Amino acid sequence: MYNGIKIIIGLLIFAALVTFPFYSKMGKATAKPDPKVDTPEIQKLAEKKCVEPKEFMKTEHMKMLNDWRDTVVREGNLIYVSSDGKKYTISLQNTCMNCHSNKKKFCDECHNYSAVIPYCWDCHIEPKENKT
Amino acid sequence: MGLLLSFFVVIVLVLLAFGGVEAANLQYLFGIIIPYAAFVTFIVGIFYRVVKWGRSPVPFRIPTTAGQEKSLPWIKQNKIDNPSSALGVIVRMAFEVLLFRSLFRNTKTELREGPSLAYGSAKWLWLAGLAFHWTFFIIVLRHLRLFTEPILFFVPLIESLDAFFQMGVPLLYITDVVFLMAVTYLFFRRVLIPQVRYISLAADYFPLFLILGIGVSGVLMRYFFKVDVVGAKELTMGLVTFNPVVPEGIGVIFYIHLFLVSTLLIYFPFSKLMHMAGVFLSPTRNLANNNRERMHINPWNYPVKVHTYEEYEEEFRHFMKDAGIPVEKEE
Ligand code: HEC
Ligand code: HEC
Ligand code: HEC
Ligand code: HEM
Repeated sequence: MYNGIKIIIGLLIFAALVTFPFYSKMGKATAKPDPKVDTPEIQKLAEKKCVEPKEFMKTEHMKMLNDWRDTVVREGNLIYVSSDGKKYTISLQNTCMNCHSNKKKFCDECHNYSAVIPYCWDCHIEPKENKT
Repeated sequence: MGLLLSFFVVIVLVLLAFGGVEAANLQYLFGIIIPYAAFVTFIVGIFYRVVKWGRSPVPFRIPTTAGQEKSLPWIKQNKIDNPSSALGVIVRMAFEVLLFRSLFRNTKTELREGPSLAYGSAKWLWLAGLAFHWTFFIIVLRHLRLFTEPILFFVPLIESLDAFFQMGVPLLYITDVVFLMAVTYLFFRRVLIPQVRYISLAADYFPLFLILGIGVSGVLMRYFFKVDVVGAKELTMGLVTFNPVVPEGIGVIFYIHLFLVSTLLIYFPFSKLMHMAGVFLSPTRNLANNNRERMHINPWNYPVKVHTYEEYEEEFRHFMKDAGIPVEKEE
């Protein structure tokens, strides 16, 4: 090879960059998030169910919150009727966070894992977490 | 022809992943085996191509000289466009790789009334090309959130800058919009400019459609057909820690996205996309213009039998003198 040293060094830097995720973990498995749904408010429920089915909440909760926000702030409608006919007062702080009062062990558990930092808490007040 | 063919190949790829996951339940194939195979092909293929290129000798310096060469001390040298030192070459390469400096000098030619030939500046290709490559790069960096745990410090930083306008939920990424617009521009450029269309082949359309497919599937999955991102990350972390797992119910569109990316990785080393490595090996850019300053020996030179003038004179002096031809040494 001509200029072999330079080319090999270039290739090695490239390989080191693209395989970084592999050797940075050295094959160690990582813990997956485990959002806890054992707050006092949820324990009181007869049926331990979220506003909508769990699978839906898992993937769609951010869109749902966005719709909630729009219905309240733009249309002045404060009531949400879920797919199974239950009525909920639309509120991030007083509905979601009433049941999920363990934000750090619930919302943040997933969000930290997937590098999501919702900016909602710039204005909305986080639940006080001294109980759990 | 090449256009339609490439389009349908990408459609077939999407359908393959869709059918494979939805109907045949081949999550393990599309989520684990193909991505691993693709990654290995990508690395090995690039190494192979680059080493092969590296074997070609570069006997002489052929940099494009776009400025004043190093000359007499009172003539100002253009140290970047006609570099004579390693530092100059590094700066020149940095401009080339990071800002596409050569493409910035792109011109268009027009035959006007007269008839006269007119040359004008043509910066759209440069702008769209730069926007495309940079957004692609930023998107790949942002994807590191799926491949590192704990997440690298700069990923949330990029995310918050990228979502600067805080539009909608999930927040709209500026790079997603620019990326799709740039790829679309690059596609229309090929189709709408007759000269460019004439020289475009399947090998030009296919990567464009493939990348467009990756971008569209990614955007669909973030903003429209939500997938379980936590599940997706379990899968990717399984891949990078060699403990492959296939979580339930991520959503088929994730597998489509992943399959298109795998195809891109496999296709990469065999295609024009190798310009990613090739740009570093361009002899017209990465060589210092020091042809006259240094001795450059042609690597395929073999010892040539020479007969110097001294030897010649030695041999024929006698005849030369007789014929009255001047000689350097008498006797
Ligand atoms: C009545 C109490 C209650 C309210 C109000 C409530 N949740 Fe839930 N939520 C639950 C329970 C209980 C579960 C666990 C469901 C299960 O395991 O089937 C849950 C599950 C979830 C999950 C899925 C967690 C996982 O492990 O995948 C998400 C996400 C979620 N909730 C978000 C929200 C958001 C956002 C709101 C406000 C729009 C909200 N919840 C309002 C009780 C509630
Ligand atoms: C700039 C400050 C600000 C930010 C950031 C913000 N909100 Fe709000 N939000 C408000 C205000 C003000 C209201 C109106 C409260 C009212 O009318 O009682 C509101 C109302 C809401 C409501 C309906 C009423 C209620 O009590 O919850 C929802 C739901 C909501 N926001 C969700 C969100 C979500 C989700 C985010 C993050 C993606 C977010 N907000 C970010 C200021 C903000
Ligand atoms: C099962 C894990 C999980 C749980 C539990 C969870 N989230 Fe999320 N959330 C996510 C993921 C993953 C995203 C990012 C989705 C994406 O990038 O498409 C997200 C995104 C969001 C967003 C949009 C943020 C943005 O900047 O785009 C909001 C708002 C949000 N979640 C609110 C909540 C709230 C409030 C709770 C607790 C009541 C909660 N989430 C619980 C996984 C979860
Ligand atoms: C060539 C490389 C890739 C490109 C150009 C690309 C492009 C995109 C784009 C444009 C998005 C939209 C959202 C965003 O910008 O974050 C996206 C989302 C996504 N991509 Fe990729 N992608 C690539 C590789 C991958 C790989 C290798 C994986 C995983 C194995 C992956 C998984 C995902 C997931 C899970 C999302 C959804 C994120 C969300 O919902 O927030 N991508 N991709």
